[in-house]
Amino acid sequence: MTAELSPEILSAIGCQSVPRTEVVTRRDIRKYAIATNQTERKYLNGDVAPSMFHLALFWDVVELDKLLPDGVSVDTLLPKFPLTQAMAGGLELKYFQPIHPGDVLTATRTLVDIYMKHGSKGPIIFYEVIMEVKDDQGKDVVWEKTTRLLR
Amino acid sequence: MQISEIKEGTVLPAREFTCDNVQLFLYNAVLFNAHRIHFDYPYATEVEGYPNLVLAGPLIGDWLHQCVDAWLGNDGQLLAMEYSNRHAAYVDEVLTGSGEVTSVNAAERTAEIELCIKNAKGDVVAPGKATVRLAGCS
Repeated sequence: MTAELSPEILSAIGCQSVPRTEVVTRRDIRKYAIATNQTERKYLNGDVAPSMFHLALFWDVVELDKLLPDGVSVDTLLPKFPLTQAMAGGLELKYFQPIHPGDVLTATRTLVDIYMKHGSKGPIIFYEVIMEVKDDQGKDVVWEKTTRLLR
Repeated sequence: MQISEIKEGTVLPAREFTCDNVQLFLYNAVLFNAHRIHFDYPYATEVEGYPNLVLAGPLIGDWLHQCVDAWLGNDGQLLAMEYSNRHAAYVDEVLTGSGEVTSVNAAERTAEIELCIKNAKGDVVAPGKATVRLAGCS
């Protein structure tokens, strides 16, 4: 299959989401801790959030008619790519401070790169999205870079 | 756990993880993740061609975190983590998380750890690296 990264696709680099603010609740921390099979009581009680809790806090909440037939929601930060089969990706995370019930956190996502490589099975598109989570004082809480692959 | 107690080659305790249908449902409900490969068996197997319901990639990432977290205890701090999802993993599969310290910086009280989650066949499902800060001498 031939695929190209058009100037229009590449122009999406730098696009940023509208910042989203969420309030952390003990109930949400407890649900996350149970669902991930945490063993430490501080997480199961919801006193402090396990490391990757921010992922659940800021996962897109979309209405039913915005879901594709496979149940996946369209990421509005991304341009329309010529390749669509998602493959395994990677995550880089930096943790600056723990998350507690009552915290008011704001996440901003930025599309920071799109590039293509040609593998033995054809072209692969890579894109990278950085999510920065800050507290209500503007201090860093979590920094996350997601790299996704499309074939 | 103090920085003086660890050295290059220190092995983290291994931990087994298994996710059944109920846990996978709860995890994706918490995320609000409606991807059918995680809960719709006919769709996952007949449309997408997987052998079973697929574990969500971030759940495996979370398990890598737990391997470090349990080892660190309350005195340490996870500073950074990176991982990639290399192979799909499935409901009821027994996965094993493990890790080993690859370097120690006593002055900074930090250590680098290589981690992985493997399946029963020995395939690396998710390799990872962590940076931690440990307590100093009291």
